[in-house]
Amino acid sequence: MENSKIRKREPLTDTQLLMTITIGIFITMYAVAMIALQGGFLHAQQIFDMLNDNAPLIIVSCALTIVMIGGGIDISVGAVTSLTVMACVLYLNNGGNILVSVLLAIGIGLAFGLVQGFLISYLEIQPFIVTLAGLFFARGMTTILSVNPQKAEHAAFNKLREVQFVIPWLGYTARNGNVVPARIELGVLVAILCVVLVFIMLRYMKLGRNFYALGGNQQSALMLGINVKRTRFMSYILSGLLSGISGYVFMLHTGAGNATNAAGMEMNAIASSIIGGTLLTGGVGNVIGTFFGTLTLTTIKKIVVSSGLNDPWWQSITTGGMLCFFIILQSVVLSRRAKKKSA
Amino acid sequence: MQENVLLQMRQIEKSFPGVRALGGVDFTLRKGEIHALMGENGAGKSTLIKILTGVYHMDSGEVRVEGEKVSIHSPQDAQNKGISTVYQEITLCPNITVAENMFIGREKGIWINHKEREKRADEILGKLGIPARAKQQLGSCSLAVQQMVAIARAVDMQCKVLILDEPTSSLDDKEVKMLFDLMRDLKSRGVGIIFVTHFLEQVYEVSDRITVLRNGELVGEYLTEELPQVELVSKMIGKELEELSSMGEGDDKNAEAGEIFYEAEGLSSSETYPFNFNIRKGEVNGFTGLLGSGRSESVRAIFGADKVGGGSVKIKGKPVKITKPIDAMKNGIGYLAEDRKRDGIIAELSVRENIILALQVMNGMFKPISRSEAEAFADEYIKVLNIKTASRETPVGSLSGGNQQKVILARWLLTHPDYLILDEPTRGIDVGTKLEIQKLVLKLAEEGVSVTFISSEVEEMLRTCSRLIVMRDKHIVGELKGSDLNQTQVMKTIAGGEA
Repeated sequence: MENSKIRKREPLTDTQLLMTITIGIFITMYAVAMIALQGGFLHAQQIFDMLNDNAPLIIVSCALTIVMIGGGIDISVGAVTSLTVMACVLYLNNGGNILVSVLLAIGIGLAFGLVQGFLISYLEIQPFIVTLAGLFFARGMTTILSVNPQKAEHAAFNKLREVQFVIPWLGYTARNGNVVPARIELGVLVAILCVVLVFIMLRYMKLGRNFYALGGNQQSALMLGINVKRTRFMSYILSGLLSGISGYVFMLHTGAGNATNAAGMEMNAIASSIIGGTLLTGGVGNVIGTFFGTLTLTTIKKIVVSSGLNDPWWQSITTGGMLCFFIILQSVVLSRRAKKKSA
Repeated sequence: MQENVLLQMRQIEKSFPGVRALGGVDFTLRKGEIHALMGENGAGKSTLIKILTGVYHMDSGEVRVEGEKVSIHSPQDAQNKGISTVYQEITLCPNITVAENMFIGREKGIWINHKEREKRADEILGKLGIPARAKQQLGSCSLAVQQMVAIARAVDMQCKVLILDEPTSSLDDKEVKMLFDLMRDLKSRGVGIIFVTHFLEQVYEVSDRITVLRNGELVGEYLTEELPQVELVSKMIGKELEELSSMGEGDDKNAEAGEIFYEAEGLSSSETYPFNFNIRKGEVNGFTGLLGSGRSESVRAIFGADKVGGGSVKIKGKPVKITKPIDAMKNGIGYLAEDRKRDGIIAELSVRENIILALQVMNGMFKPISRSEAEAFADEYIKVLNIKTASRETPVGSLSGGNQQKVILARWLLTHPDYLILDEPTRGIDVGTKLEIQKLVLKLAEEGVSVTFISSEVEEMLRTCSRLIVMRDKHIVGELKGSDLNQTQVMKTIAGGEA
């Protein structure tokens, strides 16, 4: 009993280990980019731009992390984001109210979460199939609402869009001598708020821990007294809710609805979660890791562009390569761990 | 009636389609006792336990906890009534911490206070002397410790009745001792423990009372100290003692004369070092050694189940190449895998489908076995091996462990192998079926089939094998036959040092 005080620190859990690796790799990668490519990477605005452009992706990545920790998958998030944008833009252009438009976004997200969650949890249909159907449905609905791109023409909303947080001392001096201050959009704040809230939910709320138990071993979770169906249901509801919020943030950033908005976003969100240390098999993952996963993913793309490989396919190829690298890294790290334990 | 009666089950009846699992069984558990529930597979132990834990619902009878009549609807309900179960397979989540596993799913409110939880978990673990730390990820603990964490959870839930269902089957000796210490500790705290196991010595080591079931009927309740081990065995299997002892030393160990059927020189696989091995027609030999000594890996190499490294193999003197299980099967070799759940049965398929599986593979997909033929085969082997099943169309998963094993055995026998490898065919099955399988092995040998037999129980190997290959640390360290075939000699060879 004496030595309990001088006991060394507990080894990291799988979740913590994978998250640490991701953050380490992100910092290294960014540092290398700063040294080797210089240019934009030396300005703080580079990071802020990444955040400004990818706030919706960060939010849906949080959604995917929740669902994947619970052992599921949701590929409807991008399409729901797109549908939300289109619906809200049309609503605002028809003289809508801003507050109601926010509620509309949340409502659309929740509706998808509810229906998909019900089908998956209570009727026990494969999540991939259900959310694939959701994806097609939402994409179709977006096109029905408008085939043509719709620009938001709502005075109050466009004012809201222009809300930015300006940090002069983080700015830089452009070639013509003007000082350009650092700018952060409103959506980034929403995204960071989402990350923080999801983090708190996953770490300190019973619901969050139940997601881990569910993804770790469904049978055990049941025997431990967890309401497995309701827990799974909740994961899809949260995912839908976050997709709705992501749609609103998307609209704040682009100010227009378009049937091709957020195309392929679900795949980037899955990639972000995986790079951030979430296992597709469930039970392991962390939203802070996911946040850095998104940053890593976008940094890779920036690096590719800055290296002069401007063609879009280079981004896809490097993203694919990195994803592969991370998955292999994860499985190597975890299997080495398992070996060490059995030895 | 009695003050210290904790749990009383009276006249419990339960039937499944075609099978009467329990016919009016009584069971009484007192405070602070360890009560062993014994019986062959299919005796009704699991059914009784499952009724008590709310997995099954009884057809008739009554259950009283501390004198009060209760009806148990679900495992959750059972836990709330103070009846907790720790299963053979760990039912905890490996990806979260020990503390979380102890408290998840049983707290009120929305928020979690990790500090408070971890403090409490460490207290309980310390109190029970369980070598785990609250913040540790459960998956990083050994299986034994995981099981103890499950017990700690049950204890903290104020359980009065603790059911331990085959808790020791995946533990080593040291871990078993730790578990027993914990059980005795709980007993002194007034918890009633129902202990289900196949290991007779363990029953005598730890239990106070024994209830024996056979074929869904109660045989009796005994004080452990008043029931000699032989008598317990005979009560469990309902056979005369003479038959048991006459099994003693098999006489037909005269296989020296037969021609060599299989011969390997320098055979190795990804899991073994090169080794030499041969077996004669009609011979029964065995690999022995401690768990992890390489005995299973060796037979897997013979069957081509692992990636083959090198070496030459001759069957009936002719060189052959065996790199995949199908090569081995085509050469008349059958292999009954160690882990029947993982490598053996296909639980969802029926008894019939499981039995014809290997034969169908041998025939190839273009020569299907007709339905009527398959049914005839299945019926024949259900009869020959005395497989207890409701019908040949029953899913194998619903059979008891021993009967599942017989189904796999039937599968290989149907291919009429010249050489059969049995890896732990008797593990986790009851004494009666064990004897049947041992007899079957000897009978097969008489018919000219060569058999390689692996078992953790040396006694069983001595009874069946005419030659033992002893392994230690993945190397063959000795070969025993004739007068050397005795327990002491085997132990000495396994342990090493001068013989």
